[in-house]
Amino acid sequence: MKLKNSRLMLTIAFAFILTACGPVVEEESITAVGSSALQPLVEAAGEQYGAENVGKFINVQGGGSGTGLSQIAADAVEIGNSDIFAEEKDGIDASKLVDHRVAVVGITPIVTPGTGVTDVSIEELQKIFTGKITNWSELGGKDLPITVLNRASGSGTRATFEQWVLEEGQNSIITQEQESSGTVRQIVANTPGTISYVAFSYVNDDVEALTINGVEPTDENVKTNEWLIWSYEHMYTHGEPTGLTKEFIDYIMSDDIQATLIGALGYIPTSQMEVERDVEGNTVPVE
Amino acid sequence: MEEIQAKLLGNSKKGRLEKLGKTVSFICIAIIVFVVVSILYFVTSKGLSTFFTDGVSFWGFLTGSVWSPGNVGENGQPLVGALPMITGSFLVTLLSAVLATPFAIGAAIFMTEISPSTGKKVLQPVVELLVGIPSVVYGFIGLTVVVPVVRSVFGGTGFGILSSTFVLFVMILPTVTSMAVDALNSVPRYYREASLAMGATRWQTIYKVVLRSAMPGLLTAVVFGMARAFGEALAVQMVIGNAALMPTSLVTPASTLTSILTMSMGNTVMGTLENNVLWSLALILMIMALFFNILTRWIGKKGAMK
Amino acid sequence: MSAKKWDKFAVGVLYALSIFIVLILFSLLAFILIRGLPQISWEFLTQPAKSFQVGGGIGIQLFNSFYLLFLTMLISTPLALGAAIYLSEYAKQNWLTDIIRTAIEVLSSLPSVVVGLFGFLIFVIQFDFGFSILSGALALTIFNLPLLTRTIEDSLQAIPGVQREAGLALGLSRWETVTRIILPAAIPGILTGMILAAGRIFGEAAALIYTAGQSAPALDFANWNPQSITSPLNIMRPAETLAVHIWKINSEGVMPDGAQVSAGASAVLVLAVLLFNVVARYLGKKLQKKATSA
Repeated sequence: MKLKNSRLMLTIAFAFILTACGPVVEEESITAVGSSALQPLVEAAGEQYGAENVGKFINVQGGGSGTGLSQIAADAVEIGNSDIFAEEKDGIDASKLVDHRVAVVGITPIVTPGTGVTDVSIEELQKIFTGKITNWSELGGKDLPITVLNRASGSGTRATFEQWVLEEGQNSIITQEQESSGTVRQIVANTPGTISYVAFSYVNDDVEALTINGVEPTDENVKTNEWLIWSYEHMYTHGEPTGLTKEFIDYIMSDDIQATLIGALGYIPTSQMEVERDVEGNTVPVE
Repeated sequence: MEEIQAKLLGNSKKGRLEKLGKTVSFICIAIIVFVVVSILYFVTSKGLSTFFTDGVSFWGFLTGSVWSPGNVGENGQPLVGALPMITGSFLVTLLSAVLATPFAIGAAIFMTEISPSTGKKVLQPVVELLVGIPSVVYGFIGLTVVVPVVRSVFGGTGFGILSSTFVLFVMILPTVTSMAVDALNSVPRYYREASLAMGATRWQTIYKVVLRSAMPGLLTAVVFGMARAFGEALAVQMVIGNAALMPTSLVTPASTLTSILTMSMGNTVMGTLENNVLWSLALILMIMALFFNILTRWIGKKGAMK
Repeated sequence: MSAKKWDKFAVGVLYALSIFIVLILFSLLAFILIRGLPQISWEFLTQPAKSFQVGGGIGIQLFNSFYLLFLTMLISTPLALGAAIYLSEYAKQNWLTDIIRTAIEVLSSLPSVVVGLFGFLIFVIQFDFGFSILSGALALTIFNLPLLTRTIEDSLQAIPGVQREAGLALGLSRWETVTRIILPAAIPGILTGMILAAGRIFGEAAALIYTAGQSAPALDFANWNPQSITSPLNIMRPAETLAVHIWKINSEGVMPDGAQVSAGASAVLVLAVLLFNVVARYLGKKLQKKATSA
């Protein structure tokens, strides 16, 4: 009896779903997938956009830069979010993709408070992440072993950090890895002697951001390129965007959003950058 | 005469209902089999492409101890040695099962043989509640409670196999306990009565009769717990440290197949070696699950009371 | 030691083991509830989430969790029930059946992230369902079917063979015996299986991240047109569940009161499973009374 009943219910439910009719509201939606670092921004902008434009929905999902790039390359979604240039990722045909650099993020090394070290040089960072310096006392700090914590290999944050800290061909030692910046911050905050790296917006009182050669990790220093470890946040489209996709990207690039939301969420507006970078990392000043 | 013959030879209403019922239930199992086969095929084909498309040597994959996909080793082969993860997975699974089994079976015996009323009222609801706690929550409790305790008691950073074992122990306890209770409950009452009537003590009855006849069920319970430990990703990932290194002690960071799989999946591009090799890890997981399964069946058949 | 002393000793050990387990489990529950209960309020349960400001709720996520659970059970229970009946009552005990059982068990031990990715590639991309409740429900069905089939089959098997013989002797067909005698008697076991399955579904995150998605668009609870994106009934809208929400808050770490919200949400999850338990038990008793006319 029970079986029959549930079967009936299933049939009814599907019939209801399939044939449900009524005045359909004019609704449009697009999907943006990818980078978890860019996700909060796109989500917030999407919410705001949806509130201002009735019937238009921006569906934002994470999944990582790899997912974003492979899905946009396969044209399975409208927007692919990525922390890195599509050209840098193996297996992606970047020629069909159009890049929209919506923001810039700076990345800073963070350590557990109480190591006794507040400033390092790029060479010292290099030695820490390649396992040549293993104790904070070697840098004039406390006698405390250094625990290196990486983001997962292939993550955009890690790729950027390694591009600017490690030399060509150098590899980080195999060490602890975590998938998300939130978890990284929590572990660094609680595990004595740990060093890792996060985007500026994740730095809070629980962790200590290091200065590099005396340069402070601030938005101002990123804009002038004095702080080298930064990257663009890319929104890729498959070919030139049209319709709602174009409207939404224009909305994010608009002066209004660039001036308000982007700063409020800890990103740096692309328009305020005094330099411009290409895929190879060559920098030219913006006229 | 013919009327009766027709009635006897033709399908009765009951016969039709019976046929219908059998067909419907057969369709259900067919759908499930189809789903199972398609997933198995999906994982297998993706997992094997590492070896056939990308030309990684199978032996090197299983026994290599350097995991750095995207980089090429001295012999020109990509550095995709999965041994550290295989070892890590085996260690955490076995250790947590070894730890959980006595507790789970002990509690199950208590709930069924010693004090069924307390068991039903207190233990069973709690156990069923715990099954519903998401593994993320276990992970965060592990990160905020277990890791610091392990760090201060055993030294190191606190991340590693030991912390994962503790977290998994608590995670699989409810599953194993509730399945062990089912197994013990399915032992017929008269087995116990017969044993007690012959003058055996309660413990002798439990040990020599109940446990033995429930053995296959109990083993299934443990294997299900192991399967859960084996396949658990989010919780383990937070406490094991995810360092693709051969574990040298229980308190140094290590990794499991699932932790590396979950962590790297979103950062790789479909169809590349980095992505395919993750599916190979999933394939190993599947094969190991199959192996455990066959093993229990075998033990179950040997250990069952004839 | 004499048999009697052994008996005392063993029982003592069993007591100790059980008390230890109860202690662990209770302190775990207490940890979650004590941290979470103070956060729970009517506003918390009904307001939509706020990503970057203090004071967001979990209203939409809570609804999504229940809706997804309902849909998943709607799809998977009949399937699992039918399959279990076939395996338990009709299937011949031969190697083919053995292989089917083994395959189902292997499926149940696959990590849920693999099921999630399978769902992503097949339902979201291939079938073009997008990030939606439908994709999520189908992925959860895959995740859920093996264990559900197995527990239902076990509870059917637990009904003594005498009952089947009695049914057949009364002139009932095999199917009638199953639906009229075996199923009613097995209801408590089946319900327990469903409760466990429901708990697992409710707490599942990894399989949903890639299928039902991580965003919860605002819902208009007055809109019952299932084709509209703001309608709670729409099965094609993305739907972040409570468990996914907890995962996201913690891994993103951008919500200022994230720790409180995730503690509150965890407590709500536990309470929801508790509620589910109690209701299912009550219904089970009623159903069984009615079905077996005992």
